[in-house]
Amino acid sequence: MILSTIPTWFAARQFSARERYESLPMPKRGDEMWRFSNLKQLAFDEGTASSATIDPLDLLARSAGPEKSAAKLVFHRDELIHSEANLPAGVICMPLAQAIIEHSGLIEAHFMKQETRLGSAKYAALHEASVRNGVFVFVPDGIEVEGTIEVHHWNSGTAGLFPHTLIVTGRHAKVCVVDHFASADEEAGVVIALNDLAAGEGSKLDYIALQELNELSRMIQINQTKVARDASTIGFTLNTGAAWARNESLSRLEGPGGRSDMLSVSLPDHQQEYDQRTFQHHVAPGATSDLLFKNVLYGHSRTIFSGLIFVDEGAHHTDAYQTCRNLLKTDTCEANSMPGLEINADQVKCSHGSTTSQISDDEIFYLRARGIDPANARRLIARGFCIEAIQRLNHPELESFIIDRLERKFSRIAVTS
Amino acid sequence: MSYDTLEALDHDTREAIDIDRTRGDFTFPERNKFDAGRGLTSATVDYISNVKNDPDWVRAFRHKALQVFLEKPMPTNWATKDLENIDFDVIRYYLSDGEKPKRSWDEVPADVLETFERLGIPQQERAFLAGVEAQFDSEAAYSNVKEELSKQGVIFVNSAEGLKEHEEIFRPWFGKVIPTGDNKFSALNSAVFSGGSFIYIPKGLKLKQPLQAYFRINSENFGQFERTLIIADEGSEVMYMEGCTAPKFETATLHSAVVELVALKGAKIQYVTVQNWSSNVFNLVTKRGIAMEDAEVRWIDCNIGSRLTMKYPGVIMKGRRARGEVISIALANNGQHQDTGAKMIHAADDTTSNVVSKSISVGEGRSTYRGQVLIPKHLKGCKNNTECDALLINSKSRTDTYPAITVKGNRHATQHEASVSQVSEEMLFYMQQRGIDEGHAMSLAVNGFINDLVREFPMEYSVELKRLIDLEMEGSVG
Repeated sequence: MILSTIPTWFAARQFSARERYESLPMPKRGDEMWRFSNLKQLAFDEGTASSATIDPLDLLARSAGPEKSAAKLVFHRDELIHSEANLPAGVICMPLAQAIIEHSGLIEAHFMKQETRLGSAKYAALHEASVRNGVFVFVPDGIEVEGTIEVHHWNSGTAGLFPHTLIVTGRHAKVCVVDHFASADEEAGVVIALNDLAAGEGSKLDYIALQELNELSRMIQINQTKVARDASTIGFTLNTGAAWARNESLSRLEGPGGRSDMLSVSLPDHQQEYDQRTFQHHVAPGATSDLLFKNVLYGHSRTIFSGLIFVDEGAHHTDAYQTCRNLLKTDTCEANSMPGLEINADQVKCSHGSTTSQISDDEIFYLRARGIDPANARRLIARGFCIEAIQRLNHPELESFIIDRLERKFSRIAVTS
Repeated sequence: MSYDTLEALDHDTREAIDIDRTRGDFTFPERNKFDAGRGLTSATVDYISNVKNDPDWVRAFRHKALQVFLEKPMPTNWATKDLENIDFDVIRYYLSDGEKPKRSWDEVPADVLETFERLGIPQQERAFLAGVEAQFDSEAAYSNVKEELSKQGVIFVNSAEGLKEHEEIFRPWFGKVIPTGDNKFSALNSAVFSGGSFIYIPKGLKLKQPLQAYFRINSENFGQFERTLIIADEGSEVMYMEGCTAPKFETATLHSAVVELVALKGAKIQYVTVQNWSSNVFNLVTKRGIAMEDAEVRWIDCNIGSRLTMKYPGVIMKGRRARGEVISIALANNGQHQDTGAKMIHAADDTTSNVVSKSISVGEGRSTYRGQVLIPKHLKGCKNNTECDALLINSKSRTDTYPAITVKGNRHATQHEASVSQVSEEMLFYMQQRGIDEGHAMSLAVNGFINDLVREFPMEYSVELKRLIDLEMEGSVG
């Protein structure tokens, strides 16, 4: 960004965020929000640019998305290397750096308005202070975007990257955005990403994050979703990459009839660690939230799931569900689950469930009896286990694309283990 | 529909689920010969040690624990801030009349006898108990076990007698299941403990009748810190039941017990609690059992009283095929917070644990379930099942669930389920259709919610439980 063109409000926000980042304490042992977490992963240093030569054309060629895309933006370390769009009139879809100048008022109204309450306030402040680019999508009242908007963020080197995604939908609008995070090299990158989703009345807002960074990288991804009356949102996260990834997802149901689906599939292997924290905040009565997280653990991997359904006083007729299922594939992996409820209203239907198990011998036997070898049988069952969450997207094209990304990880696991 | 809008129902409901705490609400003038005064210093610890004529190792144990207590912070990073309202400087840590526990009710001082008569303890002893210990403030007033059981080698004495007379059995396990530094309140108990039971059941002996302890607080601002150790030798079985009451004082009272259970190979211990402290008592207790090979430890727990209860009975399953279980009912009314749960530590192959917890929040009451399940590396065949159900009666009632489950390795199975609900309108409508008024229908529904767990309580104890919950609810249905 050219300094002189940055709106003063944004410069001021970044300045105060820097101060906040520096004054907030580091998470420490004993913090409930970081229970079971590996705090050593939070040591971030300055980092350097990549020593490898990165060819933008090569990255572009590797930026695959679902077949029908309405728009496609490709970034390498915040720098736009490709952009194409075929969107209905009135829809704004552009790099955040450009939007801050051209749509300053709109951005100011929506940019990072929710508090971070899942432990990463310090890193949200670092993101706010350091963000240089990302994507802004605005869909006006009554407009439906066909196809997906795909965004690719390529990282390289070891310096921090802070991509931001801001999506705002007007009344009865509809949009689906896919963020893809991947590494252009084999260095230990650091990505601290934040996505801000504001779903207007009666709108449909789907957001999919595919995390496929190299296995040396670390990532913090913070999601904040606001759901207005009768709006419906989906937040889906696929984790296959990174050495360590922390996801914090917060859905705030602000109007009756609102619905938030929170979905995730994670496939850690080797020493990978995924640390997921979720918050289903029912502010208004008569809203629904439904969470389904699936983890298949290989190698020496480790997962943490900590979820909370929080029903405010007066948020009657709330329907809130939370399910985390872990499939453990080796004797050396570890799954931690902390499914929580805090209910301050009656006339609610809330439940949570968490299970941890392995594939039963009967299931393997059944498939072997049909001529499928044990290795393939296990993979088939693991695939089926994950698909339940993917099918909730209710978007066949997107589903088959995500299953394809899943298969890539499965085949890597098959090769190495 | 919110029940707040229906005042008549609200009143009925309140009445239906309110329980009779008046029976425990009386007090006698204090006539303490020994009083450690207010506040806690190393002089307090020495005073208690002197009065109790502690052996040197116990005195050293107390002083070390005091240091741990002073150093440990309040666990308010996860627990309620209400803990900060405990003023450790006004609490009286030791009160007793200096009398030894009596073997016969006839020798018990008249006012103490009347206390326990009014609570129904001697009648129950005659009716169905194998032994009774009745504690009045810091010390037991009465302690007796049936003669034939003593002859068979059963030891049922208070903790002071246990550590002096039976040191060879007592000492190896004392403070081993719950180390002093386990938490701030186990350290506090270790520093100033007095009273509680020491029980030893010899090899192969299966007690047919339960043993009972009753804890009574009589004095204002008093802190009760009993310490119980139960050792069930190989193949033996015992059921232990505890009850407790205190009068309603204006000021806060502290109860902080430590209970350690040791079930050796093939033994079975069932520990039943009906907690009915008055609503000014902070009830912060640490309870844990260790189960060796093929052994079983069951905690059956009902929390109705107190201002704040924090209690998470635990089982460490140390031997193969050991089993741990926690069955828990909690009822939180206005001004009450029942913060209960369970801790299941699997430390051997093929161990199984089960947690079933039901809570009811009424008015502005708050109930919390906190659980921990740990299945560490390199074990196989461990299973855990956890179920927590919460019922909310009014719109200001509150319930929370915070479980934590850690599973390492792929040879285990765990499942956790929790639900929150209220009494459905259909259910009430159905009953009203049949001529039951709304308030009574509500109490029937509440009763049905916990009924399957009430049945888990031993028959004998349903005397107490029925009085506390069943009769109160069903009585209003008439």
